This record gives sequence, C-alpha cells and structure tokens, in this order.
Amino acid sequence: MKDLKSQASKNTTPGKGGLTPEIQSRIGHQLRAMYDDVVRQGVPDRFAELIKKLDAPGRTPQVENDGGSNDNNGRD
Amino acid sequence: MPLTDSLRDDILATVPSLRAFAISLSGNADRADDLVQETLLRALANIDSFQPGSNLPAWLFTILRNLFRSDYRKRRREVEDAEGNYAKTLKTQPAQNAHLEFEEFRAALDKLPQDQREALILVGASGFSYEDAASICGCAVGTIKSRVNRARSKLAALLYVDGAEDFGPDDTVRAVMGGSGG
Repeated sequence: MKDLKSQASKNTTPGKGGLTPEIQSRIGHQLRAMYDDVVRQGVPDRFAELIKKLDAPGRTPQVENDGGSNDNNGRD
Repeated sequence: MPLTDSLRDDILATVPSLRAFAISLSGNADRADDLVQETLLRALANIDSFQPGSNLPAWLFTILRNLFRSDYRKRRREVEDAEGNYAKTLKTQPAQNAHLEFEEFRAALDKLPQDQREALILVGASGFSYEDAASICGCAVGTIKSRVNRARSKLAALLYVDGAEDFGPDDTVRAVMGGSGG
C-alpha cells in the first residue's frame, strides 16, 4: 500500500529529453501507423509464388524413370 | 524441420510484417522487397535448422536483420531518397497534412543510429518482447531496453521538443500567430 501515488506521479513527470507519457504514446502511435500501413498491403504475389515454387517436398521425382523398376509406378 | 504445408503457411503469414520491418529499417521499398526475398530464400534453404515450436517470426526477423546489416555495411546507404521511395509504396495516399507529418516522422526515424532504430521498431511496432528483440539483435535484454529508451528520447527531441533541426518550433509558432493573430 505504500507509495502508489508517488509511483504513479513518477510516470507522468517528463523524463529526460522531454519524454512525457503523452509524447511517448504519440511516438508509438506514429510508429505503428507507419508499420501497419505496410502490413495491411498483405503478401505480394511475387512472394506467394516464390514460396509455392520452392515448396515442392515430394514433387521432385520426375527423374525416377531411369531405373527399370516399373513396380514403383503404380503407387499413385 | 521439413517444410510442411502449415510451416509454409506460417512463413507466408509473416511476410507482411517482414516487409514492414524491412521498409522501416531501410526506408526504401524496392530494397526492402529484395531483402524479404533474400530472407525467404535463406529461410527455405535452411529450414532444417528451424526448431519446431520455436518462434518463427523471430527466426525470420533475425535472418532479415542480419542480411540488412551485412548489406548495409557494403552499400553504406547509397540511396538517400528514402522518403520519396517510401511514399510510393503507400496504397492510399494520406491526406496532405497527415502525409507531411508522416514524412517528418520518417525523416526523424532515419536520423536514429541503426541500433536504436531497429530496437524501437522491433519492440514498438513489430510487438516483440524485449527478450525476443534481444535474441533477434544478438544482445542483452538490458541493451535493448536502453536502446529503445534512447530512440524514443531522440525522436521526441527531433519531433516535439525545442531544438528540432529541420523545422524550428519558432517558425511554426510564428506562422500560426501570423495567420490568426493579425
């Protein structure tokens, strides 16, 4: 129960460099506005395609034909 | 871990904030997208080293941040028209006033030392904890905290307090007084 008040008032006193809570929240607000503006643009096609293209885990084996074992082909 | 469909989706879902981080760091939209592309290629090439269940965004941000750092050292920021380029990336052009304010903020952000800028963006915009930001930047948690504080103080000094370099408050006051006072 001690010093809750003085703690609270500490937070509203301008710190060094004039950094009041109000200014601090204004900075935070502008920073997020700038950032979120880009976030809202979503995923550009170029990156969606890049990830799709590179993500082909089991799809590479077109080359498996060179062996003589036709037995494997019936799997699909 | 192998690149599963769900991991791929998670990577895709992180792309928007990766771009925002890259643009905030570099101030240049084209370069930012190159950074993101390079980050994705590296991530996919090294996907085996990603620990399942660990923080995927933090992992990707670390890759991007390190790429930016090495790139930065090489190029020493040859592109100086950061603001103009950045503005081009905006889908909706903000109203004139908001736009000016935005440019001022962007310019002030660019004046911060790189260490402080990245710490502030990671904590203040990307929403990482101090701990995650510290691991992304490879430094102590206390270091991140003091960088964020210094970044905020410097921005406050540049934008809202006497002594701002580019737009003296005196001029603003004079303009306002001249306009309304007569």
